[in-house]
Amino acid sequence: MTDGMEMFPLIQRLDEEGNLIGDLGVLSLADLKETYATMRFLRTFDERAWNLQRQGVIGTYAPFKGQEAAQMGAVAALEDTDWLVPTYRDWAASYLRGVPLEHGLFFSKGHPSLGDIPAGKRVLPAQVVIAAQTLHGVGVAWATKLRHEKVATVVTFGDGATSQGDFHEAMNFASVLAVPLIFFCENNQWAISVPLARQMHAETIAQRSIAYGIEGFRVDGNDYVAVANLMHELSERVRNGEGPFLVEALTYRLGAHTTADDPGKYRAIEEEDLWIRRDPLVRLERWLRAQGQLSDEDLAAIDADSERKVEEIIAGFREALDISPLVLFDSVYATLPSTLASQRAQFEARVKEVGA
Amino acid sequence: MVKIETSPQQVTSRKLTVSKAMVEGIAQEMERDPSVIVLGEDVGAYGGIFSSTTGLLERFGPGRILDTPISETAFIGLGTGAAVEGMRPIVELMFVDFFGVAMDQIYNHMAKIHYESGGNVLVPMVLMTAVGGGYSDGAQHSQCLWGTFAHLPGMKVVVPSSPADAKGLMISAIRDENPVVYMFHKGVMGLPWMTKSTHALGDVPEESYTVPIGKAAITRSGTDVTVVTLSLSVHHSLDVADELAKEGIECEVVDLRSLVPLDRATVLESVAKTGRLVVVDEDYQSFGLSGEIAAIIAEEDPRLLRCPMKRVCVPDTPIPYARSLEQATLPTPTRIAAAIRDVMA
Ligand SMILES: Cc1ncc(C[n+]2csc(CCOP(=O)(O)OP(=O)(O)O)c2C)c(N)n1
Ligand SMILES: [Mg+2]
Repeated sequence: MTDGMEMFPLIQRLDEEGNLIGDLGVLSLADLKETYATMRFLRTFDERAWNLQRQGVIGTYAPFKGQEAAQMGAVAALEDTDWLVPTYRDWAASYLRGVPLEHGLFFSKGHPSLGDIPAGKRVLPAQVVIAAQTLHGVGVAWATKLRHEKVATVVTFGDGATSQGDFHEAMNFASVLAVPLIFFCENNQWAISVPLARQMHAETIAQRSIAYGIEGFRVDGNDYVAVANLMHELSERVRNGEGPFLVEALTYRLGAHTTADDPGKYRAIEEEDLWIRRDPLVRLERWLRAQGQLSDEDLAAIDADSERKVEEIIAGFREALDISPLVLFDSVYATLPSTLASQRAQFEARVKEVGA
Repeated sequence: MVKIETSPQQVTSRKLTVSKAMVEGIAQEMERDPSVIVLGEDVGAYGGIFSSTTGLLERFGPGRILDTPISETAFIGLGTGAAVEGMRPIVELMFVDFFGVAMDQIYNHMAKIHYESGGNVLVPMVLMTAVGGGYSDGAQHSQCLWGTFAHLPGMKVVVPSSPADAKGLMISAIRDENPVVYMFHKGVMGLPWMTKSTHALGDVPEESYTVPIGKAAITRSGTDVTVVTLSLSVHHSLDVADELAKEGIECEVVDLRSLVPLDRATVLESVAKTGRLVVVDEDYQSFGLSGEIAAIIAEEDPRLLRCPMKRVCVPDTPIPYARSLEQATLPTPTRIAAAIRDVMA
């Protein structure tokens, strides 16, 4: 049996206690101060989104709590011309690529602005059909190669997604076509109620790379310093014509799968406690404090700022909710076919008449 | 309507939700027949994300209740293989919307192996799947799509709406020698986190029994207008019928229960009696069940109708996420009542 853990040792730079192993690599102290503030803001947003669902303001929401470092690290090295092809939990990663966080709220509202990726931002909308986006990622990366663009593409997906044929077919195509793509797996160890051990018999996801003849890496996904450094190295390499690569970022979903889930049904509190101690925010905070770069006052300021920004987002979101039901027909086709136009007319009359 | 195998005197029933009735049907068959197994995503400790397998893991263990990797093509394909070899797998596809991932296994293999083998190979498998919207889950999680499955030859399709039918049709589906697609609407299950429907709770005999596949049920008889419907729309139609009865409109509600085979006779008889028809179908309007019902009347005797029929369906657009938009597309009681009033006018 392949000893995946030995072949793909966990890459770590900042341990749970906040001790730096080696150096910061390409990152600076200033980077980390900023990253910490952003991470805390994202955590605040994520927790608020959860509460908004509980208050009935939004529908189902998939929280990313616990996976902030993995998501932020995944995109840390991307330039404006690079692509992100995200899975549905990646509001933090998408946000850093220029997609407003409101989209995470619009998502369950079906608001048409959800799909409005700001002009020029190279991000695809969040994908829910498991692993489908891995194929899109290969297509995007392949096109950048055909068009001689010096561009890196990152496609993200969960551990459960690696069971899909789509994922394996994507890995195969990517390697055969030698596309400039990084497969970035957020291994949060659970796929709803199914633990990774029942998803696959292999020890690591990283070792899947061997079968496709590409390089694989296993990184501590709760360690921003490690993930960001690895992604700097790999994006540079794919821009220079190497790739594809597979990265397994080991992390943990601290919250529920979605607002419709109750993890108490299938996993032990002890396991959650273990991972609470490995929280990506905590180790960064410890390190910054030890450097004398983060005081209680700084924290209070970050929190006040985060609260204010989250409030602004929610206010804007609420305002945008007032839309006509007729938008439903707007984007089914590029131009409305006559048959659908007549359904639209009937629909409009009905909405006016009975209000439903 | 419900065929009880034991003598009627022994029948004891109690009120169960559709979800509990389904699970009871599966459990009784698992007790009776060791070849019955359940596999799918989150069917184990979770008990199915829509509670279609609650408690089965505790009762029957991981050897018979298998949480699968997220590989629909694989587990539907291997369910088919296991059925061919003599097991009776119940395979859960978490949302019918994901059939696309595995459709080749469903319609080219599960549904055609019997035919391809000249009738020598049986595929006694149940593909059960959650359908329907109404709880803001968007275009890829809210479809019914039963018309799609019913359109393709080789598989039976059942769509229960009541607890008693949910159990009886499940048992029939498991015992059937053909692949049966068993489609349950999330809104009929009686789940605490869904909008409540009073019809999701009903009398269910404790004993094992079957409900015949291919037989519709008249869930309410009436003389003025026939409402042909299925699944959650049956619940809405019954509520609407109660309301309209106060205005003197007597609706006959036909719950199709099975789409393949389809009980044409019951539809025709009812329309012959009332002369008016409304089809309520939570699937897309065009090229589907509502058109099929219209075709039956047109083929058999168009004169049965004394006025044009009406259909209350989902328009040919993806189902929106936003509650207000979604409610405007679904066959809500308001829309059903308006359509009935229209044909009565
Ligand atoms: C094709 C498909 N099958 C099933 C589902 C239902 N589903 C949604 S999320 C999920 C688990 C995914 O787990 P993982 O890939 O590890 O991502 P995570 O949720 O942990 O981020 C499942 C089975 C789906 N969305 N798409
Ligand atoms: Mg996961």
